[in-house]
Amino acid sequence: MDGWHLKSIAELSAGLARGDFSSVELTRHFLDRIRRHDGRLNAVITVCDKEALLQAGAADERIQKGEAGPLTGIPLLHKDIFCTQGVKTSCGSFMLDNFVSPYDATVVSRLADAGMVMLGKANMDEFAMGSSNETSHYGPVKNPWDLNRVPGGSSGGSAAAVAARLAPAATGTDTGGSIRQPAAFCGITGLKPTYGRVSRWGMIAFASSLDQAGPMARSAEDCAWLLGAMAGFDVKDSTSVDRPVEDYVGQLEGAIRGLKIGVVKEFFDSGLDSAVGDAMSQAMTELEKLGVELVEVSLPHSKYSVPAYYVVAPAECSSNLARFDGVRFGHRCQDPRDLEDLYKRSRAEGFGAEVKRRIMIGTYALSAGYYDAYYLKAQQVRQVIADDFRRAFEQVDLLLGPASPEVAFELGAKATDPVSMYLSDIYTIAVNLAGLPALSMPAPEVNGLPTGLQLIGNYFEEGRLLNVAHQLQRVTDWHMRMPEGF
Amino acid sequence: MQWETVIGLEIHAQLTTHSKIFSGASTRFGAEPNTQACLVDLGFPGVLPVLNEAAVRKAVLFGTAIEAEIARRSVFARKNYFYPDLPKGYQISQYELPIVGRGHVEILLEDGTTKRIGVTRAHLEEDAGKSLHEDFHGYTGIDLNRAGTPLLEIVSEPDLRSAKEAVAYAKKIHQIVTYLGICDGNMQEGSFRMDANVSVRIRGEEEFGTRTELKNLNSFRFLEKAINFEVERQIDVLESGGEVVQETRLYDPQKDETRSMRTKEEANDYRYFPDPDLLPLVIDDEFIAETVRDMPELPEARRKRFEEQYGLPAYDADVLTATRAAADYYEAVVAVAKDAKLAANWMMVELYGALNKAGLELADSPISAEALGGLVLRIADDTISGKIAKTVFEEMWESGKHADAIIDEKGLKQITDSGAIEAIVDEVLAENAQQVENYRNADPKKRPKMLGFFVGQVMKKSQGKANPKQVNELLRNKLG
Repeated sequence: MDGWHLKSIAELSAGLARGDFSSVELTRHFLDRIRRHDGRLNAVITVCDKEALLQAGAADERIQKGEAGPLTGIPLLHKDIFCTQGVKTSCGSFMLDNFVSPYDATVVSRLADAGMVMLGKANMDEFAMGSSNETSHYGPVKNPWDLNRVPGGSSGGSAAAVAARLAPAATGTDTGGSIRQPAAFCGITGLKPTYGRVSRWGMIAFASSLDQAGPMARSAEDCAWLLGAMAGFDVKDSTSVDRPVEDYVGQLEGAIRGLKIGVVKEFFDSGLDSAVGDAMSQAMTELEKLGVELVEVSLPHSKYSVPAYYVVAPAECSSNLARFDGVRFGHRCQDPRDLEDLYKRSRAEGFGAEVKRRIMIGTYALSAGYYDAYYLKAQQVRQVIADDFRRAFEQVDLLLGPASPEVAFELGAKATDPVSMYLSDIYTIAVNLAGLPALSMPAPEVNGLPTGLQLIGNYFEEGRLLNVAHQLQRVTDWHMRMPEGF
Repeated sequence: MQWETVIGLEIHAQLTTHSKIFSGASTRFGAEPNTQACLVDLGFPGVLPVLNEAAVRKAVLFGTAIEAEIARRSVFARKNYFYPDLPKGYQISQYELPIVGRGHVEILLEDGTTKRIGVTRAHLEEDAGKSLHEDFHGYTGIDLNRAGTPLLEIVSEPDLRSAKEAVAYAKKIHQIVTYLGICDGNMQEGSFRMDANVSVRIRGEEEFGTRTELKNLNSFRFLEKAINFEVERQIDVLESGGEVVQETRLYDPQKDETRSMRTKEEANDYRYFPDPDLLPLVIDDEFIAETVRDMPELPEARRKRFEEQYGLPAYDADVLTATRAAADYYEAVVAVAKDAKLAANWMMVELYGALNKAGLELADSPISAEALGGLVLRIADDTISGKIAKTVFEEMWESGKHADAIIDEKGLKQITDSGAIEAIVDEVLAENAQQVENYRNADPKKRPKMLGFFVGQVMKKSQGKANPKQVNELLRNKLG
């Protein structure tokens, strides 16, 4: 059993096909690792022992009958933002601590149809609002590289679990960097697809116009396998795009020599930790060795992305979270005096501080008399930012920058300073505002902590992103490193 | 002082789609509470709305019928407020960019002239559920069957100047939506709901007075009464030196009064913004053309056609096209009966009379249009007389049987065999020699009246079955 958790999805898939091990054995192995190590990490909210073994058994049958696909029998964790039928779906909030979803998210059902085995539900910032995984009702997730540091957020549980090899892969969601920043902090590969590429049905909404689900795994290759199964049009999501899903795995080996990659000037500003900047330079040198041409490009309006985001996202969240009112599901306060008391106390008790802060900001931004100055202006800024990207992609094939201005910070370091916390997503947010695909992949460590190189593609160019990342991972081993003690 | 009333109406017409506007759940009325609400209607975490195309087509039909601009691009917005029967905490509606823009309808005033009333806009939105306050021992029950039912909110210009005009306008809109088949118009079930914005101003003034919004007007009668009460109330307030407060007022039909529900200060800030779960609704000319191709005939056109095609007087045409159901019924009667005028008479006099007496709607009529047509046909082709037909009609009403069956069973077929009638005539003349004598000696001017006696006798002897025309003719010949 030693080393199964070190294998790639392709290797595990081949092992299952050959009968080297069964999905049940593999699943037991990962469940065992979660049991042994998650006490230190707190990456998993709900472990689904029984269901996982049942799914693994079914996967083994499929494999035996020759009806298996490449992902059949491979275990994974779902971020607890995805609704899972019959399994608690908390979204990291006390509000939904008692919520057992009656249905599966499309992402969940698609991966289940592919034969993947759900090990459990990963910890996350409450309602995906946070960059450090400290806002979770279930307590902070620890970074496996340094247990005193945060794993990033909001998909911190997913990132930490994959980094510590408690699962071969996990799902995440990215509204302003929630896949890429934790991927960078934990030294894994995470992809945020084009807005509309993956169905949002069953993914508890934070900011509907920005939310997008994506894969988090150890390598670009693993992400390619997962994305192929997750992506696709869904009639249940009007914002999903009716466009064929590409063969992402098939594109991995495509030649990248001669590609032009734009280095985003604004992402190498004074806010970037110089050691992280050096790590980026090393990664860029490797890219150049592969024949990629690097040119400087400018996204002149990217500095407005954080303020625009912190109007649009809270505005949408203030409306999206209105349904948590104590009436039909979720937390309801004890003995409400009247309707108003029911609303006020259920929500006051059910939501944490960061969620409340954003609901209040968003409510304010949408209020009569402020709408034009805030929400409408922010939407206009969004267009300006998207235009920046459009112009950049007229010159280059891809864009590049750091995923985060710094390495994982210490637990509590920014917990009382929301603005500094918000700025930790400064290089990722513009991508969400424009709806573009982007990934973060491990770059050289800084003082024993991972850094993340961010690649940004044009719309629906996930294949090219994964291709470049894979080619870089073929000649480097940053993504192969793993934290000690796991 | 001379006061002028200014009224604008907001009408919510429930669209007759099978499923809800943003989910696949059924819209059928009257099911057990919460049995027709799926996860989308319940506002569960993670669910998303998907627009029902049928609702869009119905809105396009309405827009076309009132000669309005159909927006090629319209946007759904969220109207945010907390209420237990509003599961998501917001209603999906259209705000800045509605699907139907400015249009108009013509209403008939009491003096016989017509008046054009502007329709500001009509937009698609979802209905909320219902809060049930009875039978829950201090708690409130929530029924979400209605949540997500498609509505078309039709907003008029403030062009209406009296309660009567408001009613005429509301009835016109009701007629249009039911003709189009986009709304069943059932006011008891809440399929057609009206709110009125009412203000008064001194006649001749340009500026509008402060308005109040009247809610809970679920019949044309209440609409008229509520407006009249409210106009009086506002005039009283103003004439006693007060000011009208902008507020929402609820009409209480029991007390026939309106009372304050909430003032402007208490009004919600709905924080409208475009719903990010739904892309802007974009429709092209082809979609509109395809939708309008199946457009049913509108009341005006049908009324005119009834006059021309069936040769009906204006009054009859008007009555028979008052509702699409009536017009459909009439045309089904004519299809069988052939005689259009006779069909109109029988429907308007006998059928409507009987329905009225029984307190029934046309839809509940025990006699189908085909059956009534069958009866009228037998009058038209002289199988039975109009008098016998009334008996047959009664029997049909009671038993539901077809006219021909009743005529057969009871042997009511008219006698048209002149030989048979002549035999009866001869018998009658023989039996009433004295009356024959009197007739022949009488002043010719008095004879027609006297003839009635013989006709009556013959009819009696034939049990009403002899053809009256033939009887008359024979008698006149024989009596000389």
